[in-house]
Amino acid sequence: MARTEFHLDFEKPIAELEQQIAGLQQMANDRRLDVRGEIAPLEAKLADLRREIYRTLTPMQRVQVARHPRRPFTLDYLARVFTDFVELKGDRLFRDDPAIVGGWARLRERPVMVIGHQKGRDTKENLRRNFGMPHPEGYRKALRLMHMAERFHAPVITLIDTPGAYPGLGAEERGQAEAIARNLEEMGGLKTPIIAVVIGEGGSGGALALGLADRLLMLENAIYSVISPEGCAAILWNDATQKERAADALKLTATDLETLGIVDEIVPEPAGGAHADPDGAAEALDEALARHVPEVAGLDPTELRTRRTDKYRRMGQYVEA
Amino acid sequence: MAWFRKDKRKRTAQREKLEIPPDAWGKCEQCGHVDINEKFERALQVCPSCGHHRRISAQRYIEILIDDGSFTELYRELRSKDALGFEGYEHRLASASRKAGTHDGIIAGHGTLTGLAVNLGVMDFKFMGGSMGSVVGEKVARLIERSLEHRAPLILVSASGGARMQEGVLSLMQMAKTSALMARLRESGTPYISIMTNPTTGGVSASYAMQGDVNLAEPGAVIGFAGPRVIKQTIGQDLPDGFQTAEFLEAHGMVDAVVPRSELRATVASVLRMMVSAPALEAQD
Ligand SMILES: [Zn+2]
Repeated sequence: MARTEFHLDFEKPIAELEQQIAGLQQMANDRRLDVRGEIAPLEAKLADLRREIYRTLTPMQRVQVARHPRRPFTLDYLARVFTDFVELKGDRLFRDDPAIVGGWARLRERPVMVIGHQKGRDTKENLRRNFGMPHPEGYRKALRLMHMAERFHAPVITLIDTPGAYPGLGAEERGQAEAIARNLEEMGGLKTPIIAVVIGEGGSGGALALGLADRLLMLENAIYSVISPEGCAAILWNDATQKERAADALKLTATDLETLGIVDEIVPEPAGGAHADPDGAAEALDEALARHVPEVAGLDPTELRTRRTDKYRRMGQYVEA
Repeated sequence: MAWFRKDKRKRTAQREKLEIPPDAWGKCEQCGHVDINEKFERALQVCPSCGHHRRISAQRYIEILIDDGSFTELYRELRSKDALGFEGYEHRLASASRKAGTHDGIIAGHGTLTGLAVNLGVMDFKFMGGSMGSVVGEKVARLIERSLEHRAPLILVSASGGARMQEGVLSLMQMAKTSALMARLRESGTPYISIMTNPTTGGVSASYAMQGDVNLAEPGAVIGFAGPRVIKQTIGQDLPDGFQTAEFLEAHGMVDAVVPRSELRATVASVLRMMVSAPALEAQD
């Protein structure tokens, strides 16, 4: 139970008020008292506090929220937003990589292929899922499922939440770079719509390998970056404690990415973040997907492909001297 | 014996110094072999003793691959921009330009290779570690489009530590941009030869460097997704000998062939001539 009480440092005032309310409720239950009159203003205060704290998060605090251990993961959204999920495992080449899950599901009756990074909720599950850091076989499984969706004219929905592709011996041996490069090229040419949603951590190439899409959505407190703030600080300033500075510089928040023209829409999170109200977060995601999927699903595959290429073709900023 | 040998070596070095000025000497970073620079240069900076491929400039690769006098540089007016207001980036760009004598991490152009018209991009590791930002991505994108338009083969020589941090997620998107276009190139039946040199890692290896119809690599080049230092940190132990070398990637099926620098031009020419269709060849004659 200790884990459900996990709070980020800046969430402390929220946690204290939550405790106060719970204590009052407990006492009322024990003594059979009616404390509704006392609790109501406290709950209003809690809602205000959540809104206020989350309104003014620094980029590094958003990184913390995006990595929150209680944040809803891919399987949590699969359980809430989709129905009839049938998980399909394995890359047919080497093994199944539990750091990525995928399979057929329905989005408001429409069959779709859902593929997402999957982190673990506890240490044991995290070891099995490698903290959501895929090996090449995870990306190759994802590609197999995308091709299957293409054959059956179903949209692909990807949910992005990874610290990055795993930097290990086996991953390198089996071609991590090749697996990511191939996914990017194949997704560039896929003749079925792709909608990608950054639900938590968008960790560099390991995120992008599921992220080349017709529409890119991002949850309000999700992040998307070319390198982790810690990694950036270590390389540039030789000091990982400079992560706040790096998080500011990298422009990795949802609003930053919208300003840069990379994200098409920001999906609002409940006050206090998705982890405070997973059902609320799922509802917002469902609403957004229900609008975006039909828009791209109706397009002719050639037209879809042209628009996708053109969209990425415009990305980047430079000057012509 | 020991004192005698030591003494003898010293005297040899002194005698040689008298004959040739000290700055005319080069030393192999790999095996320590000392030779006159001219000899290294004649061997395209490959160590005559151990075969180590020393780093050479982007310009030198163009000279090696492209027919004399046929190269025309393209898109040289493109300059990086500090789109994020990233602290220190403008200064880094200015000092990189001075140091490398070029304007960004890649030289792009067209020319002929044994008479065959090709588009060529060569990355320059000297410019901020060959990092890929918007300019590198844009030049590669334009080269791909040019190859599509002229149906001329594309050759990219990579040397890069990956995406350029200072352009944040815009750098990351260059991987997507070039890959989406590369999908078109592949479908068009226009050949693309990727040549990976030391090092090719990160965002460049995870995009166009690994997307060649034919992936070639120089001997000993470090190629991989994560850099050796990051992997070492993650697994908490030293990497096995030869891990992530060109030869390792060849053995694991990720590159088609490890080709010594001296054979690069002939190999690329030979494979390209077989890949491009006969009518295309005739049109160029
Ligand atoms: Zn040597």
